[in-house]
Amino acid sequence: MASLADPILRRRKSRKGQGADFIQKIAMVLAVLLVGAAIFAPLLTPFDPLQQSLLARLRPPLGFERYAAGHIAGTDELGRDVLSRSLYGLRLTLALAFAGAVIGLVIGGLLGLVAGLRRGWAEDVIMSLVDMQIAIPFTLVALLVLALMGSSLTVLIFVLGIAGWEQYARIVRGEVRRIAAQPYLEAARTAGAGPFYTAWRHVLPNLVSPLVVQFTLALSNIVILESTLSFLGLGVQPPQPSLGSMVGLGRDYMPTAPWIVLTPAALIVALTFTVQILGDWLRDRADVRLRER
Amino acid sequence: MLPDPPVLSVKDLRVAFGSVEAVHGLSFDIHRGETLALVGESGSGKSATALSILRLIEREGGRITGGSIRLGGEAPAEITELAPAALRAIRGDRIAMVFQEPMTSLNPVMTIGAQLGETIALHRGLRGRAARAAACAALERVRIPEPDQRLGQYPHELSGGLRQRVMIAMALICEPDVLIADEPTTALDVTTQAEILALIAGLQRDLGMAVLFITHDLGVVSEIADRVVVLKDGDLVEEGRKADLFAAPKSDYARELLAATPRLGDGSPAPLAGAETVLEVRDVVTTYGGGGFFSRRAPVTAVRGVSLTLGRGETLGLVGESGCGKSSLARTVMRLVDPASGEIDLLGTRIDSLDAAALKPHRARIQMVFQDPYAALNPRMAIRDLVTEPAYLHDMVAPAGRDAMARDLLERVGLPADAAERFPHQFSGGQRQRICIARALSVRPQIIVADEAVSALDVSNARRVTDLMARIQREEGVSFLFISHDIAVVERVSHRIAVMYKGEIVEQGETSQVLHAPRHAYTRRLLAAVPRADIAPTAGPQVPGGNNALEGRRVPVVTPL
Repeated sequence: MASLADPILRRRKSRKGQGADFIQKIAMVLAVLLVGAAIFAPLLTPFDPLQQSLLARLRPPLGFERYAAGHIAGTDELGRDVLSRSLYGLRLTLALAFAGAVIGLVIGGLLGLVAGLRRGWAEDVIMSLVDMQIAIPFTLVALLVLALMGSSLTVLIFVLGIAGWEQYARIVRGEVRRIAAQPYLEAARTAGAGPFYTAWRHVLPNLVSPLVVQFTLALSNIVILESTLSFLGLGVQPPQPSLGSMVGLGRDYMPTAPWIVLTPAALIVALTFTVQILGDWLRDRADVRLRER
Repeated sequence: MLPDPPVLSVKDLRVAFGSVEAVHGLSFDIHRGETLALVGESGSGKSATALSILRLIEREGGRITGGSIRLGGEAPAEITELAPAALRAIRGDRIAMVFQEPMTSLNPVMTIGAQLGETIALHRGLRGRAARAAACAALERVRIPEPDQRLGQYPHELSGGLRQRVMIAMALICEPDVLIADEPTTALDVTTQAEILALIAGLQRDLGMAVLFITHDLGVVSEIADRVVVLKDGDLVEEGRKADLFAAPKSDYARELLAATPRLGDGSPAPLAGAETVLEVRDVVTTYGGGGFFSRRAPVTAVRGVSLTLGRGETLGLVGESGCGKSSLARTVMRLVDPASGEIDLLGTRIDSLDAAALKPHRARIQMVFQDPYAALNPRMAIRDLVTEPAYLHDMVAPAGRDAMARDLLERVGLPADAAERFPHQFSGGQRQRICIARALSVRPQIIVADEAVSALDVSNARRVTDLMARIQREEGVSFLFISHDIAVVERVSHRIAVMYKGEIVEQGETSQVLHAPRHAYTRRLLAAVPRADIAPTAGPQVPGGNNALEGRRVPVVTPL
């Protein structure tokens, strides 16, 4: 009964039985399609994403007037195939977003763990860093770093990684402090457990749920940050396509050639949707408290 | 026996949570000036019934699926059919409720005055000066000293007992026909509990309201009730006058419940002669805080020079109110906090100054069972891992052998072996406490420290757990340091008793000696406050200092109308 007293658990539990699985199945299929498309982009795409064709500029997708044979999703202002560029862009965006989110998770998670467990001056320093990062608009920092270091993919991944670390750190520190006050940690100590065993066996498993949720949020945020940076010319460098830069550059042609934006935008929506749903699913799977009596 | 029509009449009430029915057709009546006790263990449907009467059950995810709840008096109403607005008019005005947790039932960011004023404004339309005067009168009615000053205070500035008085004042401010009290004293100390029970009884006499008193504690029932309804799994198993129930219970379940209820004076284990000392605590002082460089707070001393010994196969009961330092003493003995001074001698080794590495082998000899079995088990670990964790940490079991060991341990505490596969939330409170005991037993300790280990359990579950402890003691010669605020439970299990008050042990000795001839004034006060689970025809609720102290001050009730 105690677990049912928690309204969030109750909601999640009741939701479990009610056809939420259907949406999760859609998300799983989408995930397979998206990852497959990203990995096998070179095999799937009919055209070279960088190949320009001045004769077939701004052609609409299949089914419209002036459709250019083969360019199913149309062509952009330089006559490049939108579908091919989108799949290559998906590939790059997916890689960037995952690398960035993982870097943030590792940095933020570790610092949060240290802050939560050690307290004292370590906590003060780490939490001041967190406050600083929150106080300064990160886009400014990213612009500065990219302008100074030059815009290479390595620097970009690094910048995207540190973009979200402070959220992980805050969550982990809060959870660790909450868990540290639980009697079962004292019970572990009286059983003879040392600090490392306790952290690994008792604290970490309780961090999985909030971290999964934060990871899915961070992934979506990074996709948006990457598109912002690319739009400003400091992200992925043209002519290389990323989903964000395609949306950014295609914006100018929205009134006359909306298809340039629509395909990559649809992929971004599908990607973030999939990640969110799968994140919820993973969180519920990891939570043994949702199992029936 | 009472000629007037009932003020509240419940007929064939059915309550369901989802597809599970929690109350199966319950009927009872309450008359003016009568106290009806609704008795049952957790899960018996007693709280569901109480919440249904106010139709608050819908907020908890349940619904009334059948039956009627009829409010009598001058303006009769069928509560199950009322519209929300009419329902709100009744809540707090004609039917009021006092909840178990005085801490969480008051809004922490509102002053006492503002919270009392809210009810008056809603039902009586009083505001400003008039509302303040009414609030002040309400506090006076529940005998809160300096009521004018309390109005400006926040809940956290009051003690648990005072907060519960405020809750009662709030419930009574509109002089309801029916007061529902849902375990109002369960979270309180015995001495505070006695005061609150006396207060409710006195107010009932003054106001003539009907009281529906919900509790699991038959001791409390014997203090306050006129009639009793016993519930089990949502069914009424017995209904009758209090005296009849205690003298001659008709149902098996009521008999069982009565037998499980610890009664002061029921006898205790005979003291052991010449038992070898396994634990000796000498002049231990424990302080909290004050250690930090920037900390300006003075350190708080929780344990002040306590000495005690525990013999092999012996149970030493440590009694005292919350905040007296008994848990701090247990934590110090377990080396969860370091003593500021003093010596702890465990089986011939001084463990008070050992570092973590040197201490580890000694931890296997002394294990602890915690108060809250919900919080003491990591919710994300399987029972197998939880039960064998201490043994695993002390290399007493190979990873491959953990499953067999867990099954064996679970069987010893009376749980099915397949419980090993499951997780803590899949068990009830009593079962979890057994799991905690199995966990402690995994390293074959010589001493188990049980800190309020049965306080969170129902009487019959508590009985089973203390019986289990006694069996373990008989079979394996384990010594127990049994810490509890419930003196009747302590009497049942302890060879010797130590009474703790404000960080010191004020009295120590053989159980029967301490309880029959208490030497210290505090022990006498503690004993006087214990509710007796029997028919005491003359004795009403006992208040330390005598009933007259309260009876003499009948506060004139000024009704703001």
